[in-house]
Amino acid sequence: MEDIKVNFEKNSATALKNANLQRALKNAIDQFRNVRGKAVGEFEEWEQLRASARRIKEWTIGQLDEYLEMLEANVIKAGGTVHWASDAKEACEIILDIAKKHNVKSVVKSKSMATEEIELNHSFEGAGIKVVETDLGEYIIQLANERPSHIIAPAIHKTREDISKLFVEKLNTPYYKEPEELTKIAREKLRSEFLNADMGVSGVNFAVAETGTIVVVENEGNARFTTTVPRIHVALMGIEKVIPRFEDLSIFLNVLIRSATGQKMSTYVSFITGPKRNSDLDGPEEFHLVIMDNGRSKILSHEETRESLYCIRCGACIYICPVYKKVGGHSYGWVYPGPIGAIITPQLLGIDKAHELPFASSLCGACKDVCPVKINIPRVLLELRSRVISDRRVGAGFLLRIAVRLWRFTMENKGIYNLASQLSYILQKPWIRHGRLTSLPFPFSRWTKKRDFPAVAKTSFRKQWNEIKDLEG
Amino acid sequence: MYILNEASKKIKVSLFITCLVDILFPQVGVSMVKVLKRLGVEVDFPEEQTCCGQPAFNSGFRQDAKVLAKRFISIFSQDGFIVSPSGSCTSMVRVFYKELFHDDQKMLDVVNILSSRTYEFSEFLVNVLKVDDVGATYNGRVTYHDSCHALRELRVQNEPRKLIKSVKGVDFVEMKFPDTCCGFGGTFSVKFPDVSVSILDEKIESIIESGADTVVSTDMGCLMQIGGAINRKKLPVKTIHIAELLASV
Repeated sequence: MEDIKVNFEKNSATALKNANLQRALKNAIDQFRNVRGKAVGEFEEWEQLRASARRIKEWTIGQLDEYLEMLEANVIKAGGTVHWASDAKEACEIILDIAKKHNVKSVVKSKSMATEEIELNHSFEGAGIKVVETDLGEYIIQLANERPSHIIAPAIHKTREDISKLFVEKLNTPYYKEPEELTKIAREKLRSEFLNADMGVSGVNFAVAETGTIVVVENEGNARFTTTVPRIHVALMGIEKVIPRFEDLSIFLNVLIRSATGQKMSTYVSFITGPKRNSDLDGPEEFHLVIMDNGRSKILSHEETRESLYCIRCGACIYICPVYKKVGGHSYGWVYPGPIGAIITPQLLGIDKAHELPFASSLCGACKDVCPVKINIPRVLLELRSRVISDRRVGAGFLLRIAVRLWRFTMENKGIYNLASQLSYILQKPWIRHGRLTSLPFPFSRWTKKRDFPAVAKTSFRKQWNEIKDLEG
Repeated sequence: MYILNEASKKIKVSLFITCLVDILFPQVGVSMVKVLKRLGVEVDFPEEQTCCGQPAFNSGFRQDAKVLAKRFISIFSQDGFIVSPSGSCTSMVRVFYKELFHDDQKMLDVVNILSSRTYEFSEFLVNVLKVDDVGATYNGRVTYHDSCHALRELRVQNEPRKLIKSVKGVDFVEMKFPDTCCGFGGTFSVKFPDVSVSILDEKIESIIESGADTVVSTDMGCLMQIGGAINRKKLPVKTIHIAELLASV
C-alpha cells in the first residue's frame, strides 16, 4: 500500500484517449442516471430519509468507540469472534492466520471494497491459497487482473465486447455475445468454486451494534452463498460501518439501495448474527468479524473532514460526477474512484500520495445533492485543497505561490488592478484574431489549445460607470 | 411593456460587478444597470471593489482569500442590497465566506448580515423585486444552462427560466441535462484542460441537439467556457448573459 502514488493527470490523459472506455462509461452512466432519478423521485420522504440517515451517522461516528465495543460484545455473544486490525497489513495477517489455522485451500469472496483496500487477494495468492471473486463484475475484474473502476459496478469500464473477448481468452469459451450467455458461463464456473471452498470472505454494508448483526446487500445471491456454504465466514469492515440499532436499517437500506442501483430493494439482503446455531440448517461453523481502522481514525480526528466517514459506499456520487464520466475509475489511482475517492483516498493514503485528487473536480456539487447521507463533498474537497497547499511535502510550488501573491497584490489595490487591466488590453494585441484570443503562449495555452478566450475589453465596466450612472431608467 | 413595480423605486442596490465582468465582459454590467434602472432601482457601484477572493479560496489559498474577503466586506458595508451578475461570485459571498471564517465568530456575525443582503441578479429580480417580465424583446430560440453554483449553492433554478420565458419573441427550449456542469470549474479549466474540455464537449452536444440559437446563463465563467468552444468550432450559437437578454428591447 505504501508505494501507491496517484498520478491523476497522466491517468486521465490515458482515459480520455481510450474511445472504448468513453463509450462504455457514457452508455452505462446515462442509463443509470434515469433509473436512480425514478427510484428517488417516486419516494416522497426521500429528503426526510436522507436527513435521518445523516443524523444517525453524525451521532454514531461521534461516539464510535462505544458503538464498536457494543458491536464486539454482541458478536461474541452470538458466538462469533472479533478481531481488530489497525492497518491493511494487520488485517491481511489476521485473515491469513484464520485461513492457515483451518487449513484453508480455497476461498470464495463476495464483493467488498475493504478487501480491495487491503489487497487481500494478493495475500491469499502469496500464501498459496486459491481465491475466487464471485460477484460477476468482480469476477470479470479478477480474470482481467485489474482493479474495479466503480464501487458498485466494478467492470463499468468494460463494454460487452471486452467481456466476451476476455471470456474467450481466460476461460476458453466460444465467443458469446449476449449478457445472458456470459452470465451463464460465470454461474457454472462459480458454482463448483462455492461448493469446494473452505472459507468465505465478505464485506459488511452495515454492522448493527445492539444485535451484533452484519448486513450484506447484493443482487446475485453470491454473497448469500459465500457467507453460508463454506465452513468459515470472515467478514471485513471499516470502523465506520457500525450503526446503533436494528431499526436504523429501515432508513439505511432504503437510502443505500435506491442510490446504488435505483432499485427499491435489492434481490438479497443477508442478516448474519454469529455462526450456525444448532437449530440452523445452513451456515458456517465459525464466524469472524475483522474490524479495521486503516487510516479512518485519522479522518475522525479532523472535525472539518470527519463527514467523509459517513459514506455508505452507494456510488451515487460516482455516477453523477461529470469528471468521473470522462476519466473513469482507474484515473483516481486507488480503489475508491469519483468524488468519494477524491476525498477519502488522500485522507487514507496520506495527502502527499494523492495531492492532485482534491483538485480533480469542477466543484459542481452534483455529488452533494445525490449523497444519501448528505456529505458536502465540495466542502471537504476545498478543505483538502487548503491542506495540500499548506503541506510541507507537497505545497503549492514556488511559481504558483508567486503568481498567487502577485494576483492578490493586484486585487488589493484598485490602482494596480486598473493598471493591470489596461496593460493586459495592450499586451494582448498581437494575439487577437477576430476579436478573440485564439492561441496564447504557455501557461495560457492551457485554455486556448481547445477554446477561444475573450479579449480584454477596451473600456472596463468601471470606466463606463461614470457615463451610465446617471442614465434614466 | 413591463409593469413598473412601485415598491422597487426605493430599493437601493450596490453592484458587485465581479472582476471577470469588469475586465472581460463590461457589456454585461452595463446591461444589468439598464435593467435595474428601468425597474426604478437606485444603483450604486462601489468603485474600490476588485475580486471577492474566490479563485484563491478554491485553489486552497485560504489566507489570501481571507485578505480579499475582508477587503470586500469593508467595501460593501453600506446599507442596501448587493447584486451580482454571477451565481458563482454570489455563492462565494453568501455561502463560502461563512466557510472561510467558520472559526472566527466576530467575522461570522458580519458575514451573516452581508450574506443576507447579497443576491444573484436573476433571483433578485424575481424574488425581491417580484418581476418576471422586464419588458425585453429578443427574437431567437433560447436555451438555459444552469450554472452549478447558482443551482446548487443558491438554489436558483426557476428564476432565470421565468425571466427568459417572459421575454417577447423568445422561443424557449430546454436542453438535455441543463443542470450538468460545463466543465469550467474556475482553475480546474486550466489545471486539467483536457478533462474540462471533454466535459464541455458533451454540454455543446446537448446545446446543439436542443436546436437553440442562443445559450443564456447567469454566469460569465460558464459562458466563457461554452462560448470558447462554440467560437472555436464556429457553431451558429450565441452565448449571452441573462442581463444582456433582459436589456434587449
